[in-house]
Amino acid sequence: MTPEVGHFALALALALALVQSTVPIIGAARGNLLWMRSARPLSIGQVIFTSIAFGALMLAFIASDFTVRNVAENSHSLKPLLYKIAGTWGSHEGSLLLWVLILTIFGAGVSLFGRNIPEATKARVLSVQAWISVGFFSFLLLTSNPFDRLFPPPADGNDLNPLLQDVGLALHPPLLYFGYVGFSIVFSFAVAALLEGRIDVVWARWVRPWTLAAWVSLTAGIALGSWWAYYELGWGGWWFWDPVENVSFMPWLLGTALLHSAIVTEKRDAFKSWTILLAILTFSLSLLGTFIVRSGLLTSVHAFSVDPERGLYILMLLALSIGGSLLLYAWRAPSMEAGGLFKPISREAGLLMNNLFLAAATGIVLFGTLYPLFLEAVTGEKISVGPPFFNSSFVPMMLPLVFVLGLGPFLSWKRADLAGVLSRLKFVGLICVVATLIVWYMTNGGPVLAYVSLLLAFWLAFTSCREWMLRIRLFDVPFADAMRRARNLPRAAHGMSMAHLGVAVLMFGFIGSSAWKSEEVVFVKPGSSIAIAGFDVSFQGVNRVRGPNYIADRGALVVERNGQYVTTLYPERRNYPVARSSTTESAIRSTLAGDLYASIAEPAAEQEGSNGAWTLRILYEPLVNFIWIGSLMLVLGGCLSLTDRRLRVGAPKQAKLPRNVAAAE
Amino acid sequence: MRYLSMLAVLFALIATPSMAVEPDEMLPDPVLEARAREISKKLRCVVCQNQDIDSSNAGVARDLRLLVRERLVAGDTNDEVLAFVQARYGDYVLLKPPFKPSTYVLWFAPPFLILLVLALGWRVLSASQRTRPSHALTREEEALADQIIKNHKKGGRE
Amino acid sequence: MTRFLALIPFLLAVILGAFFIWGLNPERDPNEIPSVLISQPAPNFALEPIPGVEVPGLSRDDLLNNEKPVVINVFASWCVPCRAEHSVLTNLVERDGIRLFGINYKDKAEDASRWLAELGNPYERIGADTSGRAGIEWGISGVPETFIVGGDGTVLYRYVGPVVGEAAIAKFRVALTQAGVLGTGAS
Repeated sequence: MTPEVGHFALALALALALVQSTVPIIGAARGNLLWMRSARPLSIGQVIFTSIAFGALMLAFIASDFTVRNVAENSHSLKPLLYKIAGTWGSHEGSLLLWVLILTIFGAGVSLFGRNIPEATKARVLSVQAWISVGFFSFLLLTSNPFDRLFPPPADGNDLNPLLQDVGLALHPPLLYFGYVGFSIVFSFAVAALLEGRIDVVWARWVRPWTLAAWVSLTAGIALGSWWAYYELGWGGWWFWDPVENVSFMPWLLGTALLHSAIVTEKRDAFKSWTILLAILTFSLSLLGTFIVRSGLLTSVHAFSVDPERGLYILMLLALSIGGSLLLYAWRAPSMEAGGLFKPISREAGLLMNNLFLAAATGIVLFGTLYPLFLEAVTGEKISVGPPFFNSSFVPMMLPLVFVLGLGPFLSWKRADLAGVLSRLKFVGLICVVATLIVWYMTNGGPVLAYVSLLLAFWLAFTSCREWMLRIRLFDVPFADAMRRARNLPRAAHGMSMAHLGVAVLMFGFIGSSAWKSEEVVFVKPGSSIAIAGFDVSFQGVNRVRGPNYIADRGALVVERNGQYVTTLYPERRNYPVARSSTTESAIRSTLAGDLYASIAEPAAEQEGSNGAWTLRILYEPLVNFIWIGSLMLVLGGCLSLTDRRLRVGAPKQAKLPRNVAAAE
Repeated sequence: MRYLSMLAVLFALIATPSMAVEPDEMLPDPVLEARAREISKKLRCVVCQNQDIDSSNAGVARDLRLLVRERLVAGDTNDEVLAFVQARYGDYVLLKPPFKPSTYVLWFAPPFLILLVLALGWRVLSASQRTRPSHALTREEEALADQIIKNHKKGGRE
Repeated sequence: MTRFLALIPFLLAVILGAFFIWGLNPERDPNEIPSVLISQPAPNFALEPIPGVEVPGLSRDDLLNNEKPVVINVFASWCVPCRAEHSVLTNLVERDGIRLFGINYKDKAEDASRWLAELGNPYERIGADTSGRAGIEWGISGVPETFIVGGDGTVLYRYVGPVVGEAAIAKFRVALTQAGVLGTGAS
């Protein structure tokens, strides 16, 4: 009965969305306050009904109701409860339901928390949001019904892929979707602004918290996915330039550009059409991602369902939303007034270059990901575009950006004195060179690119710190005074410093774990010992262990350094009888300096030299934890900015808004 | 139905996370072995969903890993080994797309985009330099406005 | 900014959309790799016969100087779809008189001979590729795969997957006819 309730609730939500997509926006055009205000109860109703639907599906999973096809295909009675719950969004239909739930949550959020937004604008925004909802609700109900029944029900389900039975991966989709869908609000604001024919600093101020929230979520989601791949897949990699990874990365890149562009619009009333375009494109890339993952267009480890029919439906949705909004942009954008003037050396200029570089990087990733498709369509040839291409083209584009990122916060708005700034920073520059040389001395050599990147990472780290220090006049005034200044600084300032420093930390992690990774792969018998990265690892043997829905072979590895005991690692090889597959659970010893990473497997019987031995793979990845720490800093920085008091107090009143140069922020 | 038969044909379905390179495949010479690993990372496993042969469990991947090492021992250079595999499986097997007329567009895209970015940046920055027709009041108009305001105030008080 | 510049994003989106529509064609299989061997001479290989099976081994020399094109089928006893394909191939040999050669891919001799004894042996020659190296020379990515090789040793056609089911058989027959193996009288 519950699944039918869920199904009905979904249909009701669609009905509400249909009303919300027409009434408020017509009301805004006609000036009918009642119609405009109807958006609020409508959006709340949508959220309620979608939650009911989502809850119904979740209940079906928890109860292992195998009469529901989705549950039968993706769950099993033996699965631990957490993963039964996570199974709700582990399939195509379920994840789409999650997507649409978040869509309605954000819509309701705007209607409830957007108190300072004038009714007409709010009505338009919510209507545009409803258009998107209608598209997805109809897609769900017409092609991907999560509540399809299955008669006769099987005795038990197919089980979720054991690879996916993991906490990190359970959280990965919700975070990612909050990010993707969060940008839908910014999209709606942008389209509403285009319809109204007006975008101003107030608009940028409204948009900022939503952009930040979406960006923070997306950052966390991507980082979580990477982290999961790192510890689960067994070879210590965290990014593979797989099409689905790329498809989550592109909205992030453009979203970062959007965030910064909106700041310029807010502070200087400039970059208006650029910000609007970014808002439209960022969400368009989210939609594109949905399309690519679910349509069977490209080959990928991650791809959900291979179904061209569904793909066609999504493509139609894309055509309407992306095509429509870009057409609207082409029509309205040229008439928007260009904003404040600024000199080629100024903060605006820096941010402009930031935007352009991020957009170019996004373009590269998009082009590389889709090129096999393009080529096949034109000539029929099949080629692969893999990590070698992306690494050689993406990285060089990012390095100049990192330089500008360090320099940017020192530039003042409108007109900056580059010579002055550079001379202030020459000491910092010197430290960076010295630091890089020290690292060069300590390491046994490595690719030149690694050292160049390291130099830039140091640059970013030290300039971010220096900027923050200068702002609170640390070392210039008594410590207590500096702390007081720090407390009085708007949170967004701390957020910025934290986030920029986080990027530097990320870079250290990328460089260390890529350039200076070491690895050993050997056959081991109990008693054998391997040396790696200054550690001595001795293999003690393997035990059989039983889990809730698996049987595992667990190895024991004693790790010592210079004769001192360090730790014991227990890598496992798990066998899931129902799903008929196995996974490797690596054992990792993490420190700030790096990770010692071990995994075992049983070699195939016919391989020579095995007979009773196990294959042991040990990696040492220097600085890899900086990646996760850096990601956390980005998230923290974003959250700090989100809680900035000024965002809650509301936008400045429109009437009197002098165009002054804002304080250095 | 073609999908089903394709699935039946594939060796490894999902990427069962791997041990991939096994010790018995590895060459005793560390320099050659390092080259083998490097080359393996550039070759695509043709039955997997977007993995390189260095990290894939599939049977074909293992065969190719052994083949790579055999060719290295026989004295091929890295490029010759890659060409050897490419001759049998086509460009698809190379993770770094070959530089040939059909991929010129791909390889020229990054430098092109960088140049475009710099050009666009230049254009916008120099455009923002140009003074726009000022909407501000000229000095005479300022004086006139002052007069009007003064008169208005006087008039208001009366 | 000019109207034209503002229209560029839209135009790019339209172009992308066109490619996507093409990509969604249900006939298209994103996993399929075209063979580089088509219109090329057959690769170099020489395989011994399977011990215990009477037919001789297979090498490149057997493919040159044939009056009509021959069919080479890569199979294995551990390959489930190959079983279903076996009867189709036997039919082609018995009813349409094609010449069928086989490559036994990464199989154990006892398993292969048992499999052939159970199902029958339609192959005129079978090469035992125990290491899989010959398979790599032919660029195969899985089993079964079937090739049509011209009388002069040029590879004319490759079929990936089992030739099972009406659609597959029909497609293969078309290829055989085009190669000149089947007369037009065949049904």
